[in-house]
Amino acid sequence: MKTTRLIIVAVGGQGNLLASKVLGQAALLSGVPVRMSEIHGMAQRGGVVESAIVFGDASSTIISDSEADVLVGFEPSETLRAMNKCNAGTTVITNLAPLPPFTVAIGRGTYPDLDQVQDLIKAKTRRLIAFDAVERATAAGNVMSVNIVLLGALIQTGILPIPKENLVEAIRTKTKKAFVDVNLKAFDLGFIAAANA
Amino acid sequence: MHKLLADSPGKKMLLLGNEAIARGAIEAGVAFATTYPGTPSSEISLNLFRVSHESDLYFEYSTNEKVALEVAAAAANSGLRTFCMMKHVGLNVAADPLMTLAYVGVKGGLVILTADDPSMFSSQNEQDNRYYGKLSGLAILEPSSVEEARQMTAEAFDLSEKLGEPVILRTTTRVNHSSAFVELGKITPRKIKGDFKKDPFNFVTVPAVSRRLHVRLLENWDKAQAMAETSTFNFTDGNGTWGIICNGVSYNYVSDAVKDLGIADKTRILRLGFSHPMPPNLIKAFLNACEKVLVAEEGEPVMEEAVKAFAQEAGLTLPIAGKGERLFSRLYEFDPAMVRRVMAGYFGVPHAPSQPPDLSDVPEIPQRPPNLCAGCSHRATYYAVKKAAEGRETIYPTDIGCYTLGFLPPLAMGDFLICMGSSVSTACGFSKATDKKVIAFIGDSTFFHSGLTGLVNAVYNNHNFTLVILDNGTTAMTGHQPNPGVDMSNLNLSGYGRISIEAVVRAIGVEHVTVIKPYKVNKSIEAVKAALDHKGVSVIISQEMCTLYARSLKKLNVRAFTVTDKCKNHRDCINQIGCPAFFLEGERVQINPNTCVGCAVCAQICPENAITPVKAKKAG
Repeated sequence: MKTTRLIIVAVGGQGNLLASKVLGQAALLSGVPVRMSEIHGMAQRGGVVESAIVFGDASSTIISDSEADVLVGFEPSETLRAMNKCNAGTTVITNLAPLPPFTVAIGRGTYPDLDQVQDLIKAKTRRLIAFDAVERATAAGNVMSVNIVLLGALIQTGILPIPKENLVEAIRTKTKKAFVDVNLKAFDLGFIAAANA
Repeated sequence: MHKLLADSPGKKMLLLGNEAIARGAIEAGVAFATTYPGTPSSEISLNLFRVSHESDLYFEYSTNEKVALEVAAAAANSGLRTFCMMKHVGLNVAADPLMTLAYVGVKGGLVILTADDPSMFSSQNEQDNRYYGKLSGLAILEPSSVEEARQMTAEAFDLSEKLGEPVILRTTTRVNHSSAFVELGKITPRKIKGDFKKDPFNFVTVPAVSRRLHVRLLENWDKAQAMAETSTFNFTDGNGTWGIICNGVSYNYVSDAVKDLGIADKTRILRLGFSHPMPPNLIKAFLNACEKVLVAEEGEPVMEEAVKAFAQEAGLTLPIAGKGERLFSRLYEFDPAMVRRVMAGYFGVPHAPSQPPDLSDVPEIPQRPPNLCAGCSHRATYYAVKKAAEGRETIYPTDIGCYTLGFLPPLAMGDFLICMGSSVSTACGFSKATDKKVIAFIGDSTFFHSGLTGLVNAVYNNHNFTLVILDNGTTAMTGHQPNPGVDMSNLNLSGYGRISIEAVVRAIGVEHVTVIKPYKVNKSIEAVKAALDHKGVSVIISQEMCTLYARSLKKLNVRAFTVTDKCKNHRDCINQIGCPAFFLEGERVQINPNTCVGCAVCAQICPENAITPVKAKKAG
């Protein structure tokens, strides 16, 4: 089976580990081999959290620079920072709602202009899907569902060998019961956002 | 029921490598487990800790790795299957018992897990603990994947019992922190009560006994070597003449590269999972079938040097390479593209790697370093010490934990760190060797781990420094494990003792001891000033529960603060304490009410008293 390599970058607390778990479960339901890796520990104290998910026939659990087929960024400046994982054929999906790092507040860096971020990514990759996932998550009923909104967009692209219904089933079984309805709505809103992008 | 206790062989479960390892131990009928937490090993013990609450598994968080291994050594020599887990540098702490336990051996299976951390994602060095196999004479198993981690852990117990020796299970971060679907095996029932049969001429390592035991250890080495020759963990893929010898995660990258480069018909891979002692016959036969060989191993050239020596013994002169220019580095972890590139280069295979995008026009993106959490009590303590020490020339030895992050600006409190406990002992050295005021920082768990002996040294040798013990009531960095100072009733656990840090410090003979509440800024500054004025050893114990931990215990009473229009934009709040709850809106400072926990430290330092609690919404 063809290998598809997905990188998810997020800021600690944005729920990318849950997103990976849901994708893993959906892969199992789809009969697709999956391996993933993530960075724990000190990186989780407000730093960047990166997950690599490899679908298909591969033994590696990490993804080298310039070898991601898809990059999903939960925060726009982190999406841009992870561009080293992309190549000209990569599809990039990013949330456009910024979470400026603290270094900006103490004057040690300037947050990049969002239009420039999008122009740069567009120019260097196959396709960019960019929208405000926080807005969609809020509309779905929980600002914390940004991760599921972005999974909706990811599945819409059809790049992963995972049918929509299996991802929906994974949301039902792997996210907290109280949030399943909100998450299903969040998934749909992300799916629609990508379809309209 | 804990998911790792599921008695459903054949079931497939998405597991983290560390969960798979814990499951492997459970399947082997592990009865006794000890550890000191350390990333990337921590989730193994965290899972076994939870499992122990639901089963008759004995589990303990020991005070440090040396203690953990000694406790384990006794259990294993009472016939129990025992598991002792630690991060790679933890094995340095446990090296003393390790070396002689290898002489004494074990009765019940003892598996010692060392989690190495190539690239140092959360460690102070990237030492290659495979050398401990050679140093101690013990067998090493190294899994390549999450699935194999389960199987190897389970079989390591059998191997240990066959050899009558502890077995080292060596992982790296990318095994510990990768996830995959794992097929569960059968759970062997635990034997939870052991017995110790007196045999002092085999157990009491006086020189006359040890001279004999060393002979036995070398015999066991030979036995292990013979087993490595036929172990199923050592296998070959392919029948070509381009040889690749690899271990651990390198095997994954090599396998993928063979496929990607389309050279499966030309290559022959030897994967060594039972990697110490190395099997000479297997390796010589492999070399004989190859025209050239590449050794792919992260870290040091451990296998490469051994393979070259075996080739010499066999009179073989084929090219054998591993580390070197345009080959593999001794630095950092490997990745698939790098292994593919080195293989393509070494074997002369055409190769078109993916082209990275030109990022020269991307503006500098502001860094996002890890940071102390909003409202973290360490920040408050650092601020108080910094204020109290104003006007003095200082050296701040620090230690290992979340609080290490205090070395970053704007706090910039941390000047020297080498290992667990080094804050206290290096403070002894700096205070004698220089005329500067030395103020050392150590966390509660690290203090029990290896700060105590340094403090005894300081009092005994009459050193002159201030030690600040940052007591946040948990071992925060590794995931909120308990330690000897923790109130276990917070975890709904009974039957534990609790050691008062203050009582210990006083008992050691420290004359100037003060307990502070760091959120009370001015009082804390005054207390630290008094401690700094004291000649000799003074200790400040700064007590405030970790906010993340308090939140998880539902003990955090959040009352967010806000910046009112009294603010004159001095920005002391941001520039001096750097709490991540602050952000700038235009040129104005704001507080994120969802992040702020209401520690009120910023409110106390604002020169305009412009920071106040968010007013509760009026009813109706």
